[in-house]
Formats: sequence, C-alpha cells, structure tokens
Amino acid sequence: MDVQTKPFADATVVEVSGDVDGSTAPVMQEAIMAVAQPGCRLLIDMSQVGFMSSAGLRVMLILHRTISGGKGNVVLVGLSDDIKDTMSATGFLKFFTTAETLDAGLQALNNG
Amino acid sequence: MVERIDVYPTHIHEGYKLRPGQTLPFGASIVPGGINFSIFSSHATTCILVLFEKDADKPLVEIPFLEEFRIGNVYSMTVFDIDYENIEYGFRMDGPWDPKNGHRFDKTKVLMDPYAKVIGGRDVWGTNPDWDNVYQHRSRPVLNDFDWEHDKPLELPIEDLVIYEMHVRSFTRHESSKVEATPGTFAGMIEKIPYLKELGVNCVELLPIYEFDEFEDSRRSPITGEMLFQYWGYSTVGFFAPKAGYAATGKYGMQVDEFKNLVKELHANGIEIILDVVFNHTAEGNENGQYVSFRGIDNKIYYMLTPDGYYFNFSGTGNTLNCNHPVVRNMVLDCLRYWAAEYHIDGFRFDLAAILGRDQNGAPLSNPPLLEQLAHDPILAKCKLIAEAWDAGGLYQVGVFPAYGRWAEWNGKYRDALRKFIKGEENLIGEMASRVQGSPDLYATRGPTASINFITAHDGFTLMDLVSYNGKHNEANGWNNTDGANDNDSWNSGWEGDTTDPGIIQLRHRQVKNFATILMVSQGIPMILMGDEVGRSQNGNNNTYCQDNLLNWFDWSLLDKNADLLKFFQKVINFRQTHAVLRSRTHYRHADYVGSGIPDISFHGTQAWQPDWSANNQHTLAFMLSGDHAKGGKVHDDHIYVAINTYWDALSFGLPQLPHGRRWHMAINTSMPTPEDIWQPGSEPLLGDQHTVWVGNRSVIVLVGR
Repeated sequence: MDVQTKPFADATVVEVSGDVDGSTAPVMQEAIMAVAQPGCRLLIDMSQVGFMSSAGLRVMLILHRTISGGKGNVVLVGLSDDIKDTMSATGFLKFFTTAETLDAGLQALNNG
Repeated sequence: MVERIDVYPTHIHEGYKLRPGQTLPFGASIVPGGINFSIFSSHATTCILVLFEKDADKPLVEIPFLEEFRIGNVYSMTVFDIDYENIEYGFRMDGPWDPKNGHRFDKTKVLMDPYAKVIGGRDVWGTNPDWDNVYQHRSRPVLNDFDWEHDKPLELPIEDLVIYEMHVRSFTRHESSKVEATPGTFAGMIEKIPYLKELGVNCVELLPIYEFDEFEDSRRSPITGEMLFQYWGYSTVGFFAPKAGYAATGKYGMQVDEFKNLVKELHANGIEIILDVVFNHTAEGNENGQYVSFRGIDNKIYYMLTPDGYYFNFSGTGNTLNCNHPVVRNMVLDCLRYWAAEYHIDGFRFDLAAILGRDQNGAPLSNPPLLEQLAHDPILAKCKLIAEAWDAGGLYQVGVFPAYGRWAEWNGKYRDALRKFIKGEENLIGEMASRVQGSPDLYATRGPTASINFITAHDGFTLMDLVSYNGKHNEANGWNNTDGANDNDSWNSGWEGDTTDPGIIQLRHRQVKNFATILMVSQGIPMILMGDEVGRSQNGNNNTYCQDNLLNWFDWSLLDKNADLLKFFQKVINFRQTHAVLRSRTHYRHADYVGSGIPDISFHGTQAWQPDWSANNQHTLAFMLSGDHAKGGKVHDDHIYVAINTYWDALSFGLPQLPHGRRWHMAINTSMPTPEDIWQPGSEPLLGDQHTVWVGNRSVIVLVGR
C-alpha cells in the first residue's frame, strides 16, 4: 500500500493505492490525520484500492469523527463497487459523501 | 498520564511476547499492544493457545498457558503484537478421557472459544467446507467500537407490540426480492424495512442468528437430489457470534458491524428486534457427535449427563446444555448481556425454555436460578423475555412457566384453541372466550402481556397451508413424512392443496382473514409468521427446517397475487394500533368501573346480552369492549363489538344498544370481498340497522361504536 498527499485546486488529495488491511491501515491513518486539520478540504482518492478491511473502514470513520461538526470536509473518491457494498452493508457509507472522480469530488466539496 | 506497565511483556515463546492475562472477561479481548485470551476449564490438566493466520489450515504457533497463567480454573494470557484482523485462535486441552465419568478430553482437537465473538469457517452461506481442515469453526477477536450515534433499545410497551417472526435468509433470498445487497443477508433485510413498516409490525423476531453450521447433518434429498441443510439454525455453534453466512460482508469477517447496522436501521424505523436464542443444546450432538468446543473443554460441566456419562436428550437433538450449572448459567447471562448491551437487542425468545428450568439431573426445578437471574438482571431489565414454555422431554409449562413477573410465553393453547374453533370443532366456546381476553385462566396474576398469541410459527403449517391441507406433506425432507407434528388442527377447506376452484380459494382467504382478525382483537401480544400476510405456502410441509429453497423463501410476487390478504393484514394491524382498548396491560374486570354504562367487556350471543355457553352453541361467540375502559379508563376509545360465526350458514346477531348516542359502524366484515372487508379508521360505514347484523358463514365482523 502507498499513500501520496498532494494539492488539487484548493483541496488536498490523499491518494491511496494497494490493499488497506490491519497492517497497512495505521500508515494510511497517519497520512490522513496529518492533513485532517480544521478547515481542511480533503479528497480521499480510493480508485487504486482493491480491498479495504474493517481496520481501513475504521480509519475512515475516525477521520469523519475528527473533522465533523464543521471542522472540515471530506469526500471519498473512486470507491470500487466491492468497497462501496461493504461500506453500505455495515453502515459506514452513510457517514460520507462520495464521488466517482476527483473533479466530481471537488464539486461535492464546494456543495458541502 | 502515567503509562501502564502491563503493556510490556514478561515472557516470550517462539518469538511471541506474552504476559499473564486478565481472567475476565472470558474470551479474546483486544487490549493495548495485543490480545488477552481467557478460558475456563475445571477438569483440563493443560491448556494451549493455538493461533492460526486467518483461513490457514496449519497453526501459526501453539503457546502453552504457563502454570503462572492459571488462576483457579481459568487460563489467561496476553499475546502482544498480533494483528487482530488476521488471526484466528483456538485451544487445545488435555485431560482425562473417561466418558463414564463425563470426561471426553482429546488433545488432538483444536477447540473453538465458547465466548468467540466472531466465528470463521462458514463465511459464505452454502460454500462447501474444507473437511480436511483441523479447525472448522474458528474463533476470531473483534473490536466493539460500532458507531451507534444516538441509538438505544426502543423499550416499546410490550402490549403495543405486533411481532413478525422471520428468517433472515428466507426473507430476501428469492430473486423476486430484488434487493441490491447480497440476497438473504442482514444488508438485504435493511432494504425491506419499508415493507415491514407498511405492514405495521413494530417488532421482528429472528429465527436463530447465532453462528450455526448449515452443513451439520447436511444430505441430499432422496426425492429431489438437492442439498438439505441445517437451514433454520436451531443448533448453535457459538452463542456470542452472529451467523457469518447471513452477512453480505461475512467474507470479510464484518458480520458484527453488518448486524449492528441492521439493528440500528430497524430502531431508526421504530421496529424492535427480538432474537430467538437456543440455549437448550449445541451443535455437538451426542456420544457420536463432533468436537466443536464445549465437549473438549469441560464436557461434564457444559452438558447434562446421565449417571453413566451419556447425554440427556431433552432437546430432541442429541444433547442438553447444563444451563443450571453455575458456570454455564453465567455464560448464558454473559451472552444475553452482551447482545443487549453491545448489539442493542430488545428482547429474547428462548427456544424450548422449559429445559432452562431443569436441574443438572434433568428434574424440573420449582425455583430455577437461571430464569430468576435473567428476570432480575440489571442489564436485561428492559428486555422482553419470552419463553417457548415446553421442551422435547415432555415438560409443558404454558401457564405455569416460572415467570418472576417478567417472562412472557408463546401461548400454545391460544394457537390450538383458535385453530380448532375456526375449523369448526365443538366445545370450544368457553375456552375461546378466555383466549380472546388474554387467557386469564392461564395468566391470572401475570396479566395478558404474558401471552404471546399466535396461530402459526416457523414450526408447523403456514397460515395458508393451515387452511389448505388436512395433513402434513413432508416428503421433501427425506424422512418418508414421519417428521413434523401430526396434530395440526388444520382443515383444507374442501380440497387437499392447490386448487383452481374459486369457491375454495375464496373460503381460504376468508379463513385467513378470520384468523388475522381474531388475533388482532385478542388481548395479549400478537405474533405473525413471515409471509402469512401474503398467503405464503410451503406446499403442506410443516417442518421445513432443512429446505434452502422456495419452501422457505419469501416469494415477493405474492404481494401482487394475494394483494387482498396483504391489504387486509396492513389494515387489521392498523386497527389494533388505532384502538388502545385492544392493548391492555391488565385483565378485564367484567365490571363498569368508570361509569360508562357498560362493563369493560361483555359477552353476547345471537341475542344481545345473552351469551350462550351451553352445548347448544358450538359456533358463535360475540363480545363487546367498552372504549371508556381503555388503559384502565385513562384513554377514551371507541366501543368495539366482535362477532364470530364458524357455522356453515349466515346467522343474525342482535346488537347491544350503545349508551350516550353512540352508533355502530362496520369496521371489518370478512365475508365481504376486498376492499369492503375492512375499513380505514374514520371511514367505517354506519350500520343502517342498529339492532341486528348478519354475519356470513365462517366469518367475523368487527363494529366500532362512536
């Protein structure tokens, strides 16, 4: 798994690639929490993630809890059908805004 | 904050860092830096923790519990630096092999943790297991960190419940369910919550969702050649773990989150959830059964054994859990507390609960400690506790189940009386009068809320089959039609099974509506069986425990085919919920104690105020409820008059005259075709004749007086 953080327009993209599981989730968490600052506008690009385990979903929820209440905005971009189904079945999905592409994600951030 | 020193290991084994663990809680707990394992055995001589990588067939490492890791009869240790998502664990126990004295230790077996919160090995329903794997049902640790937001158990008043008994897989497995999630799962069920709301039920009671093995005793049907499974799930593998195969995400081990999400969604829609729990036996069978867990950990403690060391069989399934042994009792209590607190479960229905009142030798106890403890437990204090108050050993306790002011019961006598009465049997008028009042003959001190009223449940015919078959047709189960109950009190309405005769079809629909109406105007808690509201049939099979097919699956095309029944059920449930007078916590007093001019309940015959309890009357029962007495007089409701005619001809009933200028309106008339069979509250037509009403043959009418 690899995590890259870079700017995209006036937002920050965290690009995750590879599988997120119990061993790699802490790495992702560290990278994401580093940019989860008050006022942040985050796009988590998951289009290169094949599998995300329960530990990965928990990192997402921690992110959501950290910046909820107006402290920031986050959009999950490019979720695979499988990850989306898993997040839907377990109730994680409704905590998040999702988008298919980075551009659509930016739009969603602006609307959020 | 001062750093704890117990996050540092003190021992090492093959590179794994360890320290003596916490004895409680039992099971695997994720702690800072590692996982704490704790397990009880009073007769083992040694215990070894066996760790596997997830799904691996060979152990990763076997770590003996050192002598200093044992306190009393509890083995506990913390293992550091293991990935909770990727680990499975079991135990290997040594001890005496002495079946005559109750001991069956076998150190070649890897044993599942009785407290396992997640169990792997049957991750996707129906996927053929690898039978060569030494560890079939595999304990896994779990994080209890679900985000419940504001959810909590609903604590609806029990008298307001309308219970829907259902099977998770059956509900959405059929392609006609058109769910987006994997069919037959918790996630699939969420998509059908709007259907449940529209039906009007406010409580679902799920057939077992504890981990079980659908492949236990699986076989090919000699008739159809298709696989027959342990489908219903009345054979527990692990009491603390939800069935992985019922979760769309079971393949990723996320069944805990998925099931919690279902509970949260049900609650958000005002629907409670009751679990059908099977504490009377386990999946380990008898002397010839398999090792899963208990028999290799402490056989003599966990099971009721004969003096010769054989298994008592009060459950009819091979063994009997020794649930009034103090240690097993605590396990049952720990289990229910876990489901109540961690899963927000609203109540429990105890399968073959009479067993829970037997002592360690099988004799019925007058004051069973387990039942008393559950009734008084602080965490379970608001949970509904419902007993199936009989067992397969001949103990039948309907009406006398030790209740401690808490326990309700499946009222088997309600079911039997209604079935017989509606099919036209004689000598039931007196008993029926009692049943519609909430069975004060059975529950004089406990009140009507002790009575879970039902006509059908998973055991036995569906409601449509009850009016379509005289006898059971269980050939598909492969036992030459010898399995399943023989006394069904059913009547086929003139033809055995499927027919195109419009008269018979019409009569069957009317009988279904008659049952539904009486159920909804009876005091007590109504329970309906999944699919009865749309005329679901099992082709006369009254014991579909092994059928993973259309015999059990809910066919959603029935919503159109039997739209008249569905509409009727929706409205008759709404009728009950509209009228507080039907939902009482206390028994009728047969007196006017609020000055309304009529008693809270009065019985009538074909003549008003003249009930006929004599042998001359075998087919009619009429009663009137005073709306002014609703909820003990605190609520003002309409008066309600119910007349039941099970005779094969129409009869006229004289109506009691209403005080205070109220007039009778027709709410329900099952002899009328839809939509004139039942009226929305407020739209009921005024009766032109306020003195007599005709009740059609085999029909029920309900009037409201306002």
